[in-house]
Amino acid sequence: MKRRTFVQLATGLALAGPGLALAAAPTDRRLVVVVLRGGLDALHAVPPTDDPDYRSARPTLAVPPPGQPDGALALDGVFGLHPKLAPLHPLYREHELFVLHAATTSYRGRSHFDGQNQLENGTGRPFGASDGWLNRAIAALYQGGRLGLALGPSVPLMIQGDAGVATWADSPLPSVDEDFLDRLAHVYAPDASFASTFAQSRQTLVPSTAAIAERGKELTHAATVAADFLVRDDGPRIAVVESTGWDTHFSQQRRLDTLFEQLSAALLALRAGLREQWAQSVVVVVSEFGRTVAENGSRGTDHGVGGLALVLGGSVAGGRVVGDWPGLQTGQRHEGRDLQPANAYEALFKGLLIEHLDLSPKAIEARVFPQSAHLRPLSGLLRR
Amino acid sequence: MTVETSIALGRFGLGPSPRTPDAVRTAPREWVQAQVRAADVPQALRMFPSSASTMKALGEAAREGTEALKRVTGERYREVFAAEVMALVAHRVTTDAPFLERMVMFWSNHFTVSRAKAVIGPAIPAFEREAIRPHVFGRFEDMLLAAASHPVMLDYLDNHLSVGPASPAGQRSGRSLNENLARELLELHTLGVNGGYTQQDVRAFAQVLTGWTHGGVAPRKSTAPITGTFVYRDRMHEPGPKRVLGRRYESAGIEQGRAVLRALARHPSTASFVATKLVRHFVADAPPAADVARIATVFLDTQGDLAAVSRAVVQLGAAWETALPKVKSPVELVISTHRALGMPSLRRDTLLVPLKTLGQVPFSAASPQGWPDTADHWLSPESLKQRIAFARAIAARSTVSPDELLTQFAPIATDQLRTWMSRAPSGDAAVALLLASPTFQRR
Repeated sequence: MKRRTFVQLATGLALAGPGLALAAAPTDRRLVVVVLRGGLDALHAVPPTDDPDYRSARPTLAVPPPGQPDGALALDGVFGLHPKLAPLHPLYREHELFVLHAATTSYRGRSHFDGQNQLENGTGRPFGASDGWLNRAIAALYQGGRLGLALGPSVPLMIQGDAGVATWADSPLPSVDEDFLDRLAHVYAPDASFASTFAQSRQTLVPSTAAIAERGKELTHAATVAADFLVRDDGPRIAVVESTGWDTHFSQQRRLDTLFEQLSAALLALRAGLREQWAQSVVVVVSEFGRTVAENGSRGTDHGVGGLALVLGGSVAGGRVVGDWPGLQTGQRHEGRDLQPANAYEALFKGLLIEHLDLSPKAIEARVFPQSAHLRPLSGLLRR
Repeated sequence: MTVETSIALGRFGLGPSPRTPDAVRTAPREWVQAQVRAADVPQALRMFPSSASTMKALGEAAREGTEALKRVTGERYREVFAAEVMALVAHRVTTDAPFLERMVMFWSNHFTVSRAKAVIGPAIPAFEREAIRPHVFGRFEDMLLAAASHPVMLDYLDNHLSVGPASPAGQRSGRSLNENLARELLELHTLGVNGGYTQQDVRAFAQVLTGWTHGGVAPRKSTAPITGTFVYRDRMHEPGPKRVLGRRYESAGIEQGRAVLRALARHPSTASFVATKLVRHFVADAPPAADVARIATVFLDTQGDLAAVSRAVVQLGAAWETALPKVKSPVELVISTHRALGMPSLRRDTLLVPLKTLGQVPFSAASPQGWPDTADHWLSPESLKQRIAFARAIAARSTVSPDELLTQFAPIATDQLRTWMSRAPSGDAAVALLLASPTFQRR
């Protein structure tokens, strides 16, 4: 395991009092990346409802056009929003949400695991690095403390690396007395990776009682706890939230109904929890790839390259579906089957790091997304 | 006791216990090798029902309706799944053949089936018992065929829904392929993602596998009997020869799939993929290339004889050089803790509840890739906190003496551990220090 840099803090201080997790945060902006593992079907979330190629490729799965029973909610005349994502529709109307359609990373295979690695390590190769691009972005931004936040027992690759990351997971086990932990520190001293992991584990974040009370729906709970930490003046600024179950090879409609409801609730929980900080927050929702244009033999869809990203926040230049649209005719598809990835996640991520977190394009090209100069950062993502 | 004894017990077993046999002390390597032999299903697991009986019950409930399916799934989870998982973990705490169990766990993870797909969940322990356990020291090909044709796997990876578009069933219903099982068989079970296959191979292999289904699939209106066993349905099978990995398969029906699976089992990419995983599991997170090459050669030379492959892993020089290169997975940790403490009573709240907290509930990996096998996944600040809390809590319930416990780890205990155990304010704090220490958390 790599050496991790972090600031040693007296345990307990992180809860209250001055000068805590972040003595002087480099930014007040917040960034949350929501990773949907399994491959989100972009054409189910944001369908081109009237496209005859869409309707013919999906005889049982096509979402009806706006105005029909269970129809989509109109976005821009071409695309609609799935009815189970309806809670997000007001955000779109209020220009707080845009969709980057037909997008994915530069990965062109169809393995979940390689696709997720590439989405998270940001190198353009499945095993290009053992740390994540978001962690490298944090390191480029700030060396002083734990600006990052990961929820759950393990840290997602996207935010793993040398820059300090705060962590939190729900636990029913009783907390351990400080005297024991002090003794244990001596036992850990000769083992570098245990010693450094242990030191980080002692800088504990404690969520508010209200956030803990939100237990139940896992994703919403994670979003609520994340917002509870992110909203604090001395809290982390950049978080990753994960969701699983998006690999809809069968019964896609029923399964995505549930997942879309959960995702909508979680995103609204983030907005509610971030309160006045919502104005300077960006939430980006991504998945390792998309799915086939045509439905498969089991009312589902198989792995396909092109997907989409949702971008939300109080200052995003929302109310639009952006990016090139490749069309859905067989000749317009990737290898004749998948939604053509006309737009690059990397370009979106780089644009957000520049416009939202004020990272220099030079630092981004050198460290965060190396060898990606051909993918030019998107601009005009924010209204300010 | 020597370091080799500690390695035999930790790396190739599930840790020492007060009942550790003398054979490990006198001849540690031979003690591991002696476990490489065909083994029956352990007595403790024989009472549990077959996957066919569980799949049949679920299929019949599904035909009755959604409510019935929910009810029966819940019942089977409580009465079959939970009971067998408990018996299985308990067996691993007490077994005298821990290397055998490690291999069952390794291969069960290689061929992951997860209750992330709730409907088949109750039958997953039976899948391990039927498709994995009998073959861990047999032939890889047999295990591959058993796993790929097992109703639980076919259902988990959706192959029971896959229909050849040109087959009679496809022509009549308009249904077509589902490529999930074909892709994961290539990517996760045999060649590995860089093993040299293309999207065309995935597609063709999916066509080959059409018709591989099980008798628990229950159309609501049908009156056909529900069996819950593997069924090959020729009317779903895409007719004609297919080309997979450059080779043409002329054989018809079920033989076509068997032939492709046999070719995959003997493919050099499969040998190196499996070898990499074995060396990563037993030697180091970054598997040394020479060791991988050695195991791959044995795999190829013996046509996937897993007894020979297992012996070769134990014989790797690197496996006996460094005492503690790997961080234990939560399952290894919880089982070895119970062994070390000689826990007389095995309870859900100390065996299964901690596994949930530590993020490794048996048979519930998030994806078909299974559980990860490297420290960067298992050792995070948050998980270490939970590991320490578990050590502290279970030590408080144990009556083992710290000195006796330390004796079990004498060859690998650090000076710091000895010092701070001797200064501990209480016996259970001393025990918890050992259980939370890298000496115990690693293997």
